[in-house]
Amino acid sequence: MFKALPDLLQAALLTLEVAAISMILGVLIGLGLSLIRIHMKGPVMWLASIWVELARNTPALLQLFFFGFGLGAFGIHFSPYLIVLMGLTFNNAGYLAENFRGGFGAVPDTQIRAARSLGMTAFQTYTRIVIPQVLRIVYYPMTNQMVWAVLMSSLGMLVGFRELSGETQFFASRTFRIFEYFAVTAVIYYIIVKIILGASRLLAMRLFRY
Amino acid sequence: MIEIRDLHKSFGDLLVLKGIDLDVENGEVLSVIGASGSGKSTLLYCINGLEKIQQGKILVDGIDVHGKDTNLNEVRQNLGMVFQQWNSFPHLTVLENVALSPRIVRKFSREQALEIAEKQLRHVGLGDKLSNYPSALSGGQQQRLAIARALAMEPNYMLFDEATSALDPELVGEVLDTMQLLAEEGMTMICVTHEMSFARGVSDRVAFFHQGVIDEIRPPEELFESPESVHLQKFLSKVK
Amino acid sequence: MQPTETFFSGFAPHDLWFLGEAALRTLWLSLLAISIGSMIGVVFGWLLSVSRIGGGFVLSPLLDIFRSVPLIIQLVLFYNFAPIIGLRLDAFDAGLIVLIVYTSANVAYVARGGIEAVSQPMRRAARSLGMTYWQDMRYVVWPIGLRAVFPAWVGVALGVMKDSALVSVLGYVELLKASQILITRTQETILILAIAGAFYFALSYPISLYAAHLEDRWNQ
Repeated sequence: MFKALPDLLQAALLTLEVAAISMILGVLIGLGLSLIRIHMKGPVMWLASIWVELARNTPALLQLFFFGFGLGAFGIHFSPYLIVLMGLTFNNAGYLAENFRGGFGAVPDTQIRAARSLGMTAFQTYTRIVIPQVLRIVYYPMTNQMVWAVLMSSLGMLVGFRELSGETQFFASRTFRIFEYFAVTAVIYYIIVKIILGASRLLAMRLFRY
Repeated sequence: MIEIRDLHKSFGDLLVLKGIDLDVENGEVLSVIGASGSGKSTLLYCINGLEKIQQGKILVDGIDVHGKDTNLNEVRQNLGMVFQQWNSFPHLTVLENVALSPRIVRKFSREQALEIAEKQLRHVGLGDKLSNYPSALSGGQQQRLAIARALAMEPNYMLFDEATSALDPELVGEVLDTMQLLAEEGMTMICVTHEMSFARGVSDRVAFFHQGVIDEIRPPEELFESPESVHLQKFLSKVK
Repeated sequence: MQPTETFFSGFAPHDLWFLGEAALRTLWLSLLAISIGSMIGVVFGWLLSVSRIGGGFVLSPLLDIFRSVPLIIQLVLFYNFAPIIGLRLDAFDAGLIVLIVYTSANVAYVARGGIEAVSQPMRRAARSLGMTYWQDMRYVVWPIGLRAVFPAWVGVALGVMKDSALVSVLGYVELLKASQILITRTQETILILAIAGAFYFALSYPISLYAAHLEDRWNQ
């Protein structure tokens, strides 16, 4: 069984990769969605809200199936990697958008007033004063979302993606030693999550020295 | 100078400023007193464009603040504002707080901005706190930080919105002293305040606001010793 | 040879009923897991808040495991572990047990947050009025703490409801599994996924709206 370990670890890297990319995309899209929901009205705002509420109120697995089998019914087929990436990004963007919206709401208007009265433009105010403070507020939820993305990527095993869980399934089903393989995988996930949380805490200490 | 003509301002249906006419000369220190809700703070926000006006004109050095083609950001560089709740930027050090605007708004170089910032911070007596974060400062120190931050833009005018109202009593003095220092240096100041001692001792004129209009405006000795308006007399009896 | 059966048939109204039944099973599974898991979780949360060393050292890392391993892995592991220790569990039982443990681990941290949200001064006030420890807990900590973490708890509860879809990998025919079965038979992928999604949405969205409304009302 330990011969399989290198393959499992390789697959674990794939898990991290897909989770990280989905987080980066999720943050960018989520930021956009939240700003749209705060500042805009009309159909664009409604579309953004629909995205966010669908992502947050339906199971991640269902979303994954949609990108996999749903699009497949239209004849659009993506690789398992892309299916998982799209599903995770869709989900991340929704949850993060809601976190960002709360974050923006928590920065007092008075900060904006102070910045504007110093002559800063709206853009300068947002990028230098508001967003750094929002980052502090949403940092912990964002870390949680990253952990979530790593854990959710395990669903990839149901759409044929050979990340950590998928790879484990591959070995387990061939050797019928399901329990042993998945137990090892559970340990690997645990370690990955602990590393992410630890790294996040270190980063926070450096970023937020106030 | 600042010229205000026939200023009307409402929030929704509520008319808060009902026709203000006021001239503030260069070098003048004007204190604005009056009951809460009489429109004093709103006046300041109209002057630097944080609030829109419904009627009237405000000219700062000849520029119409609320004109359609006016670059508000440029006008604001000339008007320093200090708020009741200092609103220091919590994620920047004291020095960075003050150096930020000179750098990104007035486009000074980083070294020049830091120099200006340090100069103003020493000016208000915070020279030893440059690398601290605002959270490590007392309220009075944060307010002086706010003053330095506004001064760093080298404005011709400073607007103080109840700068000491949110401070513990023992911290009020240091901020008033700083404001007095600025006055003695010849800064043009409009101070909305509850501190009658400051209004009496430092201002050239005192304006009494009542229900959205300037009820009485005279030099402090005259206004406090022999108030003409009934409302002012009532107000003064309550604050004594 | 017999003529081949028609494997694919259209989506018929009674299939909607089939999905509805499965949705009820999802609901039932979720309700059980959330209610039992929350009660256990509150106890764990209290343990976590009470003892720094005992609770913090032993219980916290243990609970952490269930939040750091994907739910699907936990389900597969437990389902395959049970026979080893001689337990005969069907998909529902195994799924329910895993969901209960998962819920209780998450609720434990929420509950601890709720208890710690009640400030020391307030609890001192209660005790100096003569309340016993448990009276303080019941009349002061519980109402205040509950209001503080209600949104977080609702989040956990709704999360569990959505995660119940994962029990489908053990073969339990809840809503998602039922959808897959129907899709295989009718090939109406989009339609069925949309209907299933609508079910989940209808369960989740109103509750989260109501919780937000309650939160606003409490914050006034």
